[in-house]
Amino acid sequence: EILVPEFHKKIKEAFEVFDHEANNTVDVREIGTIVRSLGCCPSEGELHDLIAEVEEEEPTGYIRFEKFLPVMTEVLLERRYRPIPEDVLLRAFEVLDPFKRGFLSKEELIKYMTEEGEPFSQEEMEEMLSAAIDPESNSIHYKDYITMMVIDE
Amino acid sequence: MGSGTSTQHHFAFQNAEKAFKAAALIQRWYRRYTARLEMRRQCTWRIFQSIEYAGQQDQVKLHDFFSYLVDHFTPSSNHERDFLDRMFTDERFPQNSEMEKFSDYESIQVPDNYTGPRLSFPLLPDHATALVEAFRLKQQLHARYVLNLLHETKKHLIQLPNINRVSTCYSEEVTVCGDLHGQLDDLIFIFYKNGLPSPERAYVFNGDFVDRGKDSVEILMVLFAFMLVYPKEFHLNRGNHEDHLVNLRYGFTKEVMHKYKTHGKKILKILQDVFCWLPLATLVDEKVLILHGGVSDMTDLELLAKLDRHKIVSTMRRKTRKENGKQAKKEKGNQTSSAGRPTPWFLPQSRSLPASPLRLGCVQAHRAGRSSSIPCGAPGDAKELARQVRRSVDLELDRCRRQAGFPVSRGTQEAPLCAPEADSEAEEPLEPTQEEWRQVVDILWSDPMAQEGCKANTVRGGGCYFGPNVTEQLLQKYNLQFLIRSHECKPEGYEFCHSRKVLTIFSASNYYEVGSNRGAYVKLGPALTPYIVQYQANKVTHMLTMRQRISRVEESALRALREKLFAHSTNLLAEFKKHDIDKTGLITLSDWAEAVESVLHLGLPWRMLRPQLVNSSTDNTLEYKSWLEDLAKEQLNHENIQSSLLETLYRNRSNLETIFRIIDSDHSGFISLDEFRQTWKLFSSHMNVDITDECICDLARSIDFNKDGHIDINEFLEAFRLVEQSCSEGNASGRPQATNTNDGAAANQAHTKNSLVSIAHGAS
Repeated sequence: EILVPEFHKKIKEAFEVFDHEANNTVDVREIGTIVRSLGCCPSEGELHDLIAEVEEEEPTGYIRFEKFLPVMTEVLLERRYRPIPEDVLLRAFEVLDPFKRGFLSKEELIKYMTEEGEPFSQEEMEEMLSAAIDPESNSIHYKDYITMMVIDE
Repeated sequence: MGSGTSTQHHFAFQNAEKAFKAAALIQRWYRRYTARLEMRRQCTWRIFQSIEYAGQQDQVKLHDFFSYLVDHFTPSSNHERDFLDRMFTDERFPQNSEMEKFSDYESIQVPDNYTGPRLSFPLLPDHATALVEAFRLKQQLHARYVLNLLHETKKHLIQLPNINRVSTCYSEEVTVCGDLHGQLDDLIFIFYKNGLPSPERAYVFNGDFVDRGKDSVEILMVLFAFMLVYPKEFHLNRGNHEDHLVNLRYGFTKEVMHKYKTHGKKILKILQDVFCWLPLATLVDEKVLILHGGVSDMTDLELLAKLDRHKIVSTMRRKTRKENGKQAKKEKGNQTSSAGRPTPWFLPQSRSLPASPLRLGCVQAHRAGRSSSIPCGAPGDAKELARQVRRSVDLELDRCRRQAGFPVSRGTQEAPLCAPEADSEAEEPLEPTQEEWRQVVDILWSDPMAQEGCKANTVRGGGCYFGPNVTEQLLQKYNLQFLIRSHECKPEGYEFCHSRKVLTIFSASNYYEVGSNRGAYVKLGPALTPYIVQYQANKVTHMLTMRQRISRVEESALRALREKLFAHSTNLLAEFKKHDIDKTGLITLSDWAEAVESVLHLGLPWRMLRPQLVNSSTDNTLEYKSWLEDLAKEQLNHENIQSSLLETLYRNRSNLETIFRIIDSDHSGFISLDEFRQTWKLFSSHMNVDITDECICDLARSIDFNKDGHIDINEFLEAFRLVEQSCSEGNASGRPQATNTNDGAAANQAHTKNSLVSIAHGAS
């Protein structure tokens, strides 16, 4: 395929950003960041499975590029873990806001994000709150929030 | 269990499941968002680091340029010869200098309307504290006090050994700080948070106090003041920026001349001496070694302890301040070039000997033979080297004895603080030996690496990269526990490596940009367990979200990167054309990434950065000519000047600025039109730039804004947005000036500026 060499270059670049010791390995904890910055949007569970595929037989805490490259190339070719379109995201927020108020309170957001789905860590929660919550109303107006975040990209 | 209840259950279950899925979706999306932010953060960091180190490589190229001149350039007229001689002639500071006249500052009058801090000697702790407070209020210390303080500092430093020793028996805790680089806010913050120095609170400042930031002078004043007040508890190590040649390039010289227009020269002169009298390292409890850069597999602490550190005036060149004349007699005549011209005072004296590690050519040799005991040259040299080393060690011991007041072989006892120069002219070798110099360069310039071994530090152009085995070897040899060093900026202000045997500590927060990194300092108690404190001396960053912080720093990095891209427009165009075989005017984005890397050599993840640098086209191709034109438009606003000339100026601006400052021997800030043209002509012939004489004349004339035949260097640089922010901030700070001379003229020039000033962003 014509795409493969180009994918290889992209994957190599992303990998090298985290290859701090310049020895073609990265800390396994950075794999999520690498995969996601290559355009994919896996869940934690899916990421976990992917890591299992690229890990050593006896996990060392590091992932080698030689193992990562073929697996990641396959992911890109198959267009796995597609990103979430804006409207789908909006509907997800609306599910959590059954009375269609247009916002979620801070407590509600915390409850859903830390108790449901694949729960956030405290750090993740705090970080999301700092950008999402409108301090005056202590709530997140999710439509505006989504718009703001998407512009960033 | 009627049907009603089971339906309720069913709905409840469905709703719960929906909520679960919705939450999972939002989390999945959010995690991708933060991952991309993290990637951007890492890329931004890389941009800053690669540009910073590329700048240091420029220094190497500058040396090559001057070497080229020495080798190849024959002046075609008396005019040119005079011009060259100016560059190549003796040290511009007169030989029977103010150095001998210790009382020269006494003749400086402090005006009655001076409201800044006043110092009297011997200094008391209150004076030092008052100094910090005065600087916090943005006052400036009068030149008279500056010079007085520097004289006292020098007297003190001369008595110190090359390696300071600190004990946690006396002061219960020792605080070690890393690079400050002229950022006074960080120093003030450290004293605020950790407490002022005292007999119970020892401090070690690990070099690089000056350059880049805008308050290098004030930092030095504070550090020296505390050192005089608490000589046993307050220690300073020399960094690679405590070096007058490095200062010419990285901003300290400029800062001094800007703040002290009348007496700046004197201040710089004595600072040159003060810097080379700074100790090289500090040892805590004989267990923790603190030095600025790092070590090499050749590091010999005994040799370092014994050598005459004063001889190493600058790590950029091996020779001392002594005159070419004297040197010429001692040298075997191998410094002469075609016209029998002496070597420029800023080049390594003997070029036939293994030259400075800062010469690219020699770096290859280093890489190959790094671990061998002799760097280059025939086996015969080994004996000669050993002899020289031994001789210099003997002489050094003699000198130490003399300084300590012990009887010397000749039975004469001299006052320890007598001008050592008078002595040394008579008997000592005028230069440090190759080995001595290399030892000092290694500890001031080296960086740790993850791989085992030791190889030449080609990125910096000096010192080496040392691996965990080198560290281990050194620690074992001298029975040490770990190393503390600085020299490298770290996002968290500190970093451990080599299994926590090496600690990097960096104390200049927001070094690249507001929000780019934290600063840190480390405390050691009697148990010598490192306790690290981090900070970021800027209120604004605390109020920003992570996203905003990253955006801000990223914008700054991208701006710098775009500037660099512009500076290489011609080469980029050529490279793009190679990929555009069918001459369609288009190339793929993949080709773009390859071309850019092959021209810029920055090792950056260009495909990751592409969306920020190139407006995305739908079909994955780029119209490269218009992209380059857009870059140019963003950078320039001068219509009547040839754009390739400007581009070349951009690329070489640091070098140009350095050359200008060298030519401007009296530090007036002005060079004549003629000097400008000559410089440019020389420079462009070396760089193979095809610019007509006429063009250069036009350029020169257009820069001479008030048409008096002189170019204000700062204006020239600013007109092309080449002045670093620190200078424009300095202009705007409105410090009460203690002395000034013909500032009327300078002020007029300032008003006729025709410039695009780069907007200072991130003001606190």
